[in-house]
Amino acid sequence: MTTVLELHDVTRSYGSPPTQALRGVDLRVDEGEFVAIVGPSGSGKSTLLNLIGTLDRATSGEVLITGERVDDLSDARLSALRAHTIGFVFQQFHLSEGQSTVDNVGSGLLYTGMSRGLRRERAREALISVGLGHRLDHKPKQLSGGERQRVAIARAIVRRPALLLADEPTGSLDSASGETVVQLLRELNGNGTTIVLITHDRDLAERLPRRVAIRDGLIVSDSGDPAIAGQTKSGVAA
Amino acid sequence: MSVPRSRLRASDLTGLAFHGVRAHPMRAVLSGLGIAIGIAAMIAVIGISTSSQALVQQKLAEIGTNMLTITAGKDYLGHETKLSPDALARIRHLDGVEEASWTSDVDTHVYRNPYVAAGATGGLVVRAAEERLPDAVGATLAQGSWFTIATRGLDTVVLGSTTAEKLGITEVGMQVWLGERLFTVVGILDPVLLAPELNTSAIVSPERATAVLGFDGIPTTIYERSEDADVLRIRDRLPQTVNPASPGDVKVSRPSDALAAKNTVDQVFTGLLVGVGSIALLVGGIGVANTMVITVLERRQEIGLRRSLGATRPHIRAQFLAEAILLAFLGGLAGALIGVAATAVVAVANGWPLAVPLLIPVGGLIATIAVGAIAGVLPAVRASHTPPTAALSA
Ligand SMILES: Nc1ncnc2c1ncn2[C@@H]1O[C@H](COP(=O)(O)OP(=O)(O)OP(=O)(O)O)[C@@H](O)[C@H]1O
Ligand SMILES: [Mg+2]
Repeated sequence: MTTVLELHDVTRSYGSPPTQALRGVDLRVDEGEFVAIVGPSGSGKSTLLNLIGTLDRATSGEVLITGERVDDLSDARLSALRAHTIGFVFQQFHLSEGQSTVDNVGSGLLYTGMSRGLRRERAREALISVGLGHRLDHKPKQLSGGERQRVAIARAIVRRPALLLADEPTGSLDSASGETVVQLLRELNGNGTTIVLITHDRDLAERLPRRVAIRDGLIVSDSGDPAIAGQTKSGVAA
Repeated sequence: MSVPRSRLRASDLTGLAFHGVRAHPMRAVLSGLGIAIGIAAMIAVIGISTSSQALVQQKLAEIGTNMLTITAGKDYLGHETKLSPDALARIRHLDGVEEASWTSDVDTHVYRNPYVAAGATGGLVVRAAEERLPDAVGATLAQGSWFTIATRGLDTVVLGSTTAEKLGITEVGMQVWLGERLFTVVGILDPVLLAPELNTSAIVSPERATAVLGFDGIPTTIYERSEDADVLRIRDRLPQTVNPASPGDVKVSRPSDALAAKNTVDQVFTGLLVGVGSIALLVGGIGVANTMVITVLERRQEIGLRRSLGATRPHIRAQFLAEAILLAFLGGLAGALIGVAATAVVAVANGWPLAVPLLIPVGGLIATIAVGAIAGVLPAVRASHTPPTAALSA
């Protein structure tokens, strides 16, 4: 098993006087895992996901993506890493209203320098793989919430990232649409995609292979840390 | 591990710019409006002035720049003095002279009818004119004819264009009150470009002027025409020819030079208006900058999303800069079209040839690109400093 993600004693402080959103987090995620991050509002889940996704930098500690330390990388190198290695799915989809689904998904490859024709071809494949082969030329407005999130997922996976990150992907969906999205993510994971997902949904988290609970900027439980396999940390279960 | 760099194709950058502008068409139109007005104003001003100049040039080419005007100069009271009676004959003998004629002021006035007060001359002057005058000055008749053997000895008059207008004479055959007599109008001249003083004249024949108006037969002004190549040589010899005793008193002028000088005055005026257009362009640029600042603030999430998709800061900067340039360029394009159209309308209405130097619209468009680039720098830099986490924060 290769390790996709490693965090060592990571902290993140905001403002002055500094308030710590993360207070020393250790986490390791191996290839092929599907990890749910759970915790109350304001506990630091999004902060953690931003650091994992290299959208933000840790105040202290180490973040390693596919074995490489990213803390000291230049902005250009981090951008390159995101363009090729990390996929994001957001609660609000962030689709471009003026573009068809194919072009929205194709924009996932925009910053790889791939030609438009090739991007559209890959986008079509990705849309078929998320079950939207019949919605290629629709505009986001013409799609249901669940379909829109599946388009956003297709955009995230179109470049076949080593790591897929999702912040509350079902947060603005009804339970039925949410379920199709979860099924899709499970399917992708079954095909080998490593996924880290934030959720408020207890039932959803329960069904995932590994749950990391976070509270006040600290990991309080981890149902399957590969580093300490079998051991359970004391604290609140998710 | 080596990850390839983020890359954005030039064609995709262009696509992004168009996409950004198209997302808010109304806003694009309004923010491009300032630039459009600036460019349209500049092109219209320059186009209209060059078109009207083109007309003058065209006329000059038609009537020629080979006419010289000779006057005896002015005395110490500022009155025109008289030339010697045989001056015309001597000029005609000069080598290269093709056409020469004279006019002379007659000491009387012209009125619409006998009831007009004597002081109300309207600035009109009565002149006697030698028979070849129309050929010498290039005058053409709007109506009627020049003096003939039949009319020369009668109380007949040919009116300059302004004179006819001021006296309310619309057709030949009407009569005017001249030197306490009724004179019949036999001809009305078109405006004379090279001898504008004829426009405000009432012209009588020397024979009649001598007979009934007390004219002494001595010319005031001689008009002379030659081949273009001979103009300068003849100009130098004229004073000596006209007045060998005192050549320095003779005044020789070339009226076409005055017309060219008038064009230079127009250019100063044009420069002023172009300055005003530049200010409009500047204000338009500020409008674009303003729009772009708002756009950047509104699109924080989009910027965050693009950063999460792998865009570098320079990619974001380039995108918003391209959008600002496109916005300005579209405004400039619209302005160029409006400016050329306005020039065409004015030119057609005035019967001018349409002349817009290609350099002007092309230069205008290059200027708008520069304005857009300058206007876009600050917003683009701000956009590139939007944190990538902006995609996650709702
Ligand atoms: N940009 C920021 N500036 C200052 N404080 C911040 C910033 N982002 C997050 N915080 C603070 O850090 C803490 C953790 O925030 P975070 O967004 O990670 O919580 P969360 O677990 O994702 O909550 P939610 O479930 O509501 O999304 C909060 O106290 C928050 O106020
Ligand atoms: Mg959050």
